[in-house]
Amino acid sequence: MVKNHSLLEKLGGVLNVVLLAVVGLLMLFPFYYMIATSFTSAAESATKTFVLFPKRWVFDAYSYIFHSKVFVRSLFVTAGVTVVGSVFSLLLTSMMAYPLSRNITGQRFYLFLVLFTFVFGAGIIPTYMVVKSTHLIDTYWALIIPGAINSFNLIVLRQFFLGIPNDLTEAAVLDGANDLQIFTRIILPLSKPALAAFGLFYAVTSWNTYFNALIYINDPTKWTVQVILRQIVILSQRLDSLSDGQQAAIASASPPGETIGMAAILIATLPILALYPFLQKHFAKGVMLGSVKG
Amino acid sequence: MNHYKLTGHAATNAAVASQKKRSRAASLAGKLWNERYLYLLLLPGLLYFIIYRYVPMLGNVIAFQDFSPFQGFLHSDWVGLKHFKKIFADREVIRVIWNTLYLSFLQIAFAFPVSIALSLMLNEVRGEKYKRIIQSLVYLPHFLSWVVVAGIVTVMLKSEGIVNHYLQAGLGIHAIPFLTSPHWFMPLIVLEVIWKESGWGTIIFLAALAGVNPSLYEAAVVDGASKIRQLWHITLPSIRSTIIILLILRLGSVLDVGFEQIFLMLNPLNKSIGDVLDTYVYYKGIQSSDFSFATAVGLFKSLVGLVLIVGANKLAKKFGEEGIY
Repeated sequence: MVKNHSLLEKLGGVLNVVLLAVVGLLMLFPFYYMIATSFTSAAESATKTFVLFPKRWVFDAYSYIFHSKVFVRSLFVTAGVTVVGSVFSLLLTSMMAYPLSRNITGQRFYLFLVLFTFVFGAGIIPTYMVVKSTHLIDTYWALIIPGAINSFNLIVLRQFFLGIPNDLTEAAVLDGANDLQIFTRIILPLSKPALAAFGLFYAVTSWNTYFNALIYINDPTKWTVQVILRQIVILSQRLDSLSDGQQAAIASASPPGETIGMAAILIATLPILALYPFLQKHFAKGVMLGSVKG
Repeated sequence: MNHYKLTGHAATNAAVASQKKRSRAASLAGKLWNERYLYLLLLPGLLYFIIYRYVPMLGNVIAFQDFSPFQGFLHSDWVGLKHFKKIFADREVIRVIWNTLYLSFLQIAFAFPVSIALSLMLNEVRGEKYKRIIQSLVYLPHFLSWVVVAGIVTVMLKSEGIVNHYLQAGLGIHAIPFLTSPHWFMPLIVLEVIWKESGWGTIIFLAALAGVNPSLYEAAVVDGASKIRQLWHITLPSIRSTIIILLILRLGSVLDVGFEQIFLMLNPLNKSIGDVLDTYVYYKGIQSSDFSFATAVGLFKSLVGLVLIVGANKLAKKFGEEGIY
């Protein structure tokens, strides 16, 4: 009886390992498909002889994309917005989190202001109108300012600041440091790991953001890469038709649309994949931090 | 001098009180002065919250007006609950609310349990290295944008895409219009969510599982409990409160199914089933400039969300769970 038991359990254990391997492959397959498609030649793509390996690996799609002004520009725009946006967000978030972690007058009220945004959102239209009336429409700031502080990040970072021992700041006070000096010379240097994590968090969010670009940016020369991706992959528009006036020179002999689309997606995803080892480590930690009730 | 004489005792009290008040005011001013640098740091963030989070909340008043951008919300006509009445009279909105609820419940019924099951499976893996590799793989899709996910799905599933190619060549069936048929819309959305987020969702359950006292399992083994019994009597009860809290949070946002994903998968052919509250508000408000009505729909959505989250939290406390606040 007992033996039967353990045999079944062993079988279950093996089944579990096999099933998880299948799950892992399912997660990978779309990436593999994307890479293989992006290197497939036009001929192979047309005849659908594409199986799991393209017979000939060609770089046509990549050279086409890097010759298109529209896509390259959108990459630069997105990179710029991402860098400036994450630094700005990180600065604003930590500047606000620090006073909230001190015994500042009115602390409970300010915390309530932040926490209330967890349960009640303002809605798309009124937010759009405020963005419009603060003259951000069609500026890069529209992609940075309206989402500058993530309330959740703010609370978790405050939690992190609260965990820094008081002795350190008290010693600094005795040495005559004011709150600004304590913040910049003690708190921020001690929080480097947390700041790195939230910086990455903001960076991924702003690199991936589509909605804000969709509603706040009408000027095609300011489109971000996610907007371009939608146009060429989901709506199957041609890259050269997207250019604002200046036609791309190589319009005639271009690779098939899905090949270009997959190559574009791969390029747009590379920064995320390159950061992934760091992301995974920090993010999992951030989620845990957030799940500890405080 | 004079008022001392006037009412004697009471006047003295009043004087003391006013002095106290004054000194309290002075000490508050002193405290604020001491905190001036903290306030300096706080100010930009506070301004952000006021301008981009709270002013829009006030901006919801246009739901009670016939808002015209030329007159501004100060001079537009007040119409009371007209737009809210319209929500419930409009069959299109009712359909959109229904779509939203339907999709939300599909996600709770299918996507939510996948995360739990996946965590339980990962928790059973003995090899640390293998476990870590699988975890890295299942977290990965979470970091992709919805445009990328929808893009890959579109290329794979379109009528001349690889899936249909093999369905035709291999099984000899007609191409299935995955992307344009209303029947496929909901399953596709749910599958995308499962692929993208269920791995990420395991993090919190794995943390809860790691906190289970190992001696419970040892005792169970001594008692001769099978794996299944251990799962039922130890593992599941110990992550019960985590499951309940996450369910509460999820219930609080049943009307929030995510704009980007839905919008990217919508097209004129599946719009009847796929339009949800957020996309509807976008089309009505930003595309068609029907500001007041769109705001009313959005406000309705936020209010229902607020009521649900408060209600669900109360309910959780009633059942002896901790709740989220």
